Amino acid sequence: MQTPALPPQGATVRARRWRHLRRAVALPLAALALSGCTIPSFYASEGATSSSKSVYHLWQWFSIGAVIIGGFVCILVAYAVLRYRRKGDHIPRQSQYQLPLELAYTIVPILIVFGLFAATLVVENKETANPATKVTINVNAFQWGWKFTYPGTNAFVYGQTTQNPEMIMPAGENVHFNLTSSDVIHGFYVHDFNFSRYALPGVRNEFTILAQNEGTYFGQCTQLCGLYHSLMYFRVKVVSQSQYAAWIASFNNPADEAAAKAAAKTTYQQTSSVVPTHGSTTKFGR
Amino acid sequence: MKVEAKVLLYLGLFFGIMNAVYWNWSLENAGGVMMFAGMLLCFLPGSYYYFWSRRMKARPEDDPNATQTSGAGFIGTFPGTSIWPFTLGMGAFFVVLALVFGIWFLIPGLGLAVWALFGATAEGRRGGTH
Amino acid sequence: MTDVLDPPVQLPPPPPSHEMLEEHGHDEHHGPTGILKWITTTDHKIIGLSYTVTSVIMMIIGGAFAEIIRAQLASPNGTLVSLSQYNELFTMHGSVMIYLFVGPFAFGGLANIMVPIQIGAPDMAYPRLNALSYWLYLTGAITMLSGFFTAGGAANFGWVAYAPLSNSVNTPGSGADLWIGGLLLTGFSAIFTGVNICATVFYLRAPGMTMFRMPIFTWNMLVTGILILLAFPVLTAGLIMLYCDRHFGTHIFSVQGGGVPVLWQHIFWFWGHPEVYILALPFFGMATEIIAVFSRKPVFGYKGMVFATLTIAALSLGVWAHHMFTTGVVLLPFFSIMSLLIAVPTGIKIFNWIGTMWRGEIWFSTAMLMAIGFLITFLIGGLTGIYLASPPLDFFTHDTYFVVAHFHSVVMALLMAAMGGLYYWGPKITGYLLNERIGKMQFWFLFIGTQIFTFPLYVLGLEGMPRRVAIYPHDPQWKTLNDWSTFGAILIGISTILFVVNVAVSWKKYPSGDNPWDAQTLEWFTTSPPPHHNFYRLPQIRSERPTWDHNHPEHRSLTHGKHPELTEDGLEKVHSS
Repeated sequence: MQTPALPPQGATVRARRWRHLRRAVALPLAALALSGCTIPSFYASEGATSSSKSVYHLWQWFSIGAVIIGGFVCILVAYAVLRYRRKGDHIPRQSQYQLPLELAYTIVPILIVFGLFAATLVVENKETANPATKVTINVNAFQWGWKFTYPGTNAFVYGQTTQNPEMIMPAGENVHFNLTSSDVIHGFYVHDFNFSRYALPGVRNEFTILAQNEGTYFGQCTQLCGLYHSLMYFRVKVVSQSQYAAWIASFNNPADEAAAKAAAKTTYQQTSSVVPTHGSTTKFGR
Repeated sequence: MKVEAKVLLYLGLFFGIMNAVYWNWSLENAGGVMMFAGMLLCFLPGSYYYFWSRRMKARPEDDPNATQTSGAGFIGTFPGTSIWPFTLGMGAFFVVLALVFGIWFLIPGLGLAVWALFGATAEGRRGGTH
Repeated sequence: MTDVLDPPVQLPPPPPSHEMLEEHGHDEHHGPTGILKWITTTDHKIIGLSYTVTSVIMMIIGGAFAEIIRAQLASPNGTLVSLSQYNELFTMHGSVMIYLFVGPFAFGGLANIMVPIQIGAPDMAYPRLNALSYWLYLTGAITMLSGFFTAGGAANFGWVAYAPLSNSVNTPGSGADLWIGGLLLTGFSAIFTGVNICATVFYLRAPGMTMFRMPIFTWNMLVTGILILLAFPVLTAGLIMLYCDRHFGTHIFSVQGGGVPVLWQHIFWFWGHPEVYILALPFFGMATEIIAVFSRKPVFGYKGMVFATLTIAALSLGVWAHHMFTTGVVLLPFFSIMSLLIAVPTGIKIFNWIGTMWRGEIWFSTAMLMAIGFLITFLIGGLTGIYLASPPLDFFTHDTYFVVAHFHSVVMALLMAAMGGLYYWGPKITGYLLNERIGKMQFWFLFIGTQIFTFPLYVLGLEGMPRRVAIYPHDPQWKTLNDWSTFGAILIGISTILFVVNVAVSWKKYPSGDNPWDAQTLEWFTTSPPPHHNFYRLPQIRSERPTWDHNHPEHRSLTHGKHPELTEDGLEKVHSS
C-alpha cells in the first residue's frame, strides 16, 4: 500500500502484492457471480408498490457498496493486525505522513458519496412525487387506532388496537394519502410498501402510493405513542379496481347511508359499532 | 492564539455559508435561527481571539521553540479545596426539586445558592484556600 | 504475572525538582481527608475519577435495564414487565446511557483527568466550576433516576421525549418532570465542562505545546467542548419550553394553542445530532491514542486527523433533520447530502487508524484489542449509518430495529473504546494495572456479544419489527432472532461483570510504574498517579509526542518520509511561523 520504503526489488514486490490484492478482491466477486446472476436481497424485500421496488434496488446498490468498502477495510485491518504483530523490542519506522495516499482516501469517498447521493435523489424524487390521482384516502391516526376515510364517498374503515382495521385500496392506480393525527405523533408504516411516514398532529402529510400486487399487507405504528403503541396495528388490502369500486359502492345502499347519517350525528363510539361489517375483526392475529 | 482564533472563525464561516444555503432553500425558521446563533457563537470568541492574536506577541505555548523556563512564573490561582461548588450544586438540586415537588423547595435551594455565591466570591478575593 | 506486564521500557522516576509550574507547588497537599476531601476537592484528577466511577455505575444501571428489556423481548408475548413498565425501562435505558454514561464518562471523566495533563497544565482552568459540574451531574443523575420511586413511575416517552406525547395530558406525573429536571442539571454540568475544556486548552498549555502539537485526544476534546457549547444550550432552552408547556399553560409544542409539535423535534435534534459527535469524538481520540501507542508509531496523518475532527464538527450542525426525514416537513436533499458527507471525515479517520497500525509493532494488550474491536464495530455502525442518510432508505427503515441496531453498533463501539481508555489510562490514574488475562476475556465477551447482539436486530428491522414494542404477538417468527440478540446481550452483561471482577481482583496488585506502555504523550512523563498539580518537571516539547521524543530521541517522527532537520543540540529544527 505504501510506496516510500520499498526494498530495492520494489517493482517485483509491488507486483506480487498486486496479485495478492487482485485475488483478494476477485474471490468474493466470483462467489457473488456464482451465487446466481441476481443481486442478493441483503435481507430486504421487493415489496408491493412501484416505489418499494425502487427502494429495494437502491437498498441493493447501497449494500453492495457497503459490503465492498466494509470488506476492503476489514481486509486491511486483518492484514495489519496479523502481519504487524510485535515480534520483539524493535521500534518501527516512524513514518507519519503520506500525502498522496491521504488525498486518495479523501477524494475517493467524496466521489462515492456523490454517487450515492445521485442515486438517492432519483429514488427520492420518484417516491415523494405527488401526481394527480383519482383515488384519495384520508388516514387519521389516534391513540390507539386508525381511521381511513375515502373523500367523495361514504366509505370508511375504523378500528382500535386489537381490531386491526383493514384499509382497502385499488391496485395499479396512484392513490393519494392525506395522513393526520388526532393526538400524538404516530408512524404509518407498511413493511411491504418499504415506506413509513409520521402522522403529525396539526400537519397533513401527503404522499402517493401505487400498489402493484394485490394482497393483504400488515401495517403498524412505528413511532412511540404511549401505552398501547405495541398493539397499534392495521392491515392494507390491495384489491383489483373493480373490487375496489364494488366495495366503495357497497356503502351507497340507502340502508347504509341512513345508518351512516345516523351514526354521524351520534358519538364516535357508536360509529365504530357500525364498521366491523366492513372487514374489521376483533381477532388477535394477522 | 492565531490557531484558536482560526478554528472558531472557520467553523463560524462554515456555519454561516451552510445556514445561507439552508435558510434560503428550506424557508424553515427554527433550524435557520439556531444555525445562525451557532455561527454567532463561533464568531464572538473567535473574533476576540483574532483581535488579540494580532496585538500581542506569541505566548510561550504558541512558540514552537519555547523552552520550559520561558513559561516559568505565576500562572494563576488554583484553589486546593473549596466547599462552595458543593453548596451551589446542592442549591441547584433543590431549585430543580422545586420544579417538581413544590415551590417551598426554593427556600433551601436559593438560600444555599446565594450563600455559595457570597462564599465563593469571598474565597476568590482571599485568593483561594490554597 | 508476566502476562500483566512486559513493557519494553521502564523509566526511572523523575526526581522532585524545584522547576515547578507554580510558585506554591507543595509535594504533599495538606487538606481535608475522607468524605470531606471528596466534597471539597477542586483537583481535576479527583473530580474526573468521581465522574468516571459515577458514570460506570450509571452504565451498570443502564445495562441492567437493557438486560430486562432483552429478557422481555425473548418471547413474543413477554410478561416479565407490563407495557407501561416497558416504556419506562427503554426510556430510562436510553436516558441513562446517553445523558449519564457515555457523555459524562468521556468529557467529565477521562477528558477531565487527561486533557490538563496531556497539555502540561496544573489543573483545569476553572477548578471550582469543574467541581460544580460534577455536583450538578451527580444530582442530575439522582433526580432522573428517582422517577422510579414516584407514584406514576419514571418518564416513559422515550429518551427523545417527542411532543406532544411528553405534554402534561399524555404524560402526567412527576416522573417526567424529574426527567426534565435531571436533564437540566446534567445539561448545565456539560456546558460548564465544555467551557472548562475550551479555556484549559486555549490558555493553559505548556510552553512549546502549540495547537498542532496537542495529542489527538485533546484536539477531539477541544472540538467536543466547542460542540457542547453550541448544542447544549439549545437542549436546555427546549427543556424549559417543555416544562412551561407542561405546567405554565404555554402552547409552544401543542396544536391546540397554535403551537408546532415538530418544533420540539427540530430543537431536540439540533442538540441531538451534535450530541452524537459529542459522544463519539472523545472515543475516537482514545482509540487514536491507544492505536498509536501500541503500534509504537506516531498517529498516521496527524493533521488529516485534526482536519477530519473539525470537519465532523462543522458538518454536525447541519445534519439534525436526518432524524426527521419521515416527518415529511424537512428539506430532504440538504440533510441527505450533509449526512452522507460526514462519511468522508469518518473514513479519513478509519484509514488513518489503519495507517497507524501499518508497519507498526502491534502489542495486543487489552487496550489495543478494545481499540481494534472499536474500529471494526464502528465500521459496521458507520456503514449502516450511510443507508440512513438516504431518505428513501430511511423511510424504509425508520423507527424499526434497523435503526436500533445501527446506533447500538456505534455506541457499543464507543463502549469498547471507553473500556480501552480505562485499561490504557487506568494505570496513569491509579498507579496500578488491571489484570490483562481477565481483560482479554472481557474483550472477547464484549466484542462477540456485541456482534451477536446487533446482527439479528438489523435483520429484524428489515423484516419490519418496530422500535419500542414490548410484545410482538403478530409475528412470533421474530422470536428466534430476538433470542439470539438476547443471548448477545447476556454475553455483554458477562463482560461487564468481568470488568467489575477485574477491578476487584487487581485492586492495588500490579504496580504500573510511570510509563508501562512506552507511551508517547505528555501525561506519561509524570508520575502514576500524578502529583497535585500534575508535574514535577516538563520535557522540551518539540512534537506532539514529547514523552516519546524524550525516551527515544533517535526515533523521532519522519515528516513526509524525510528525517527532520536537527539543530546543534539535537533538537528538531522548527521554522516558527
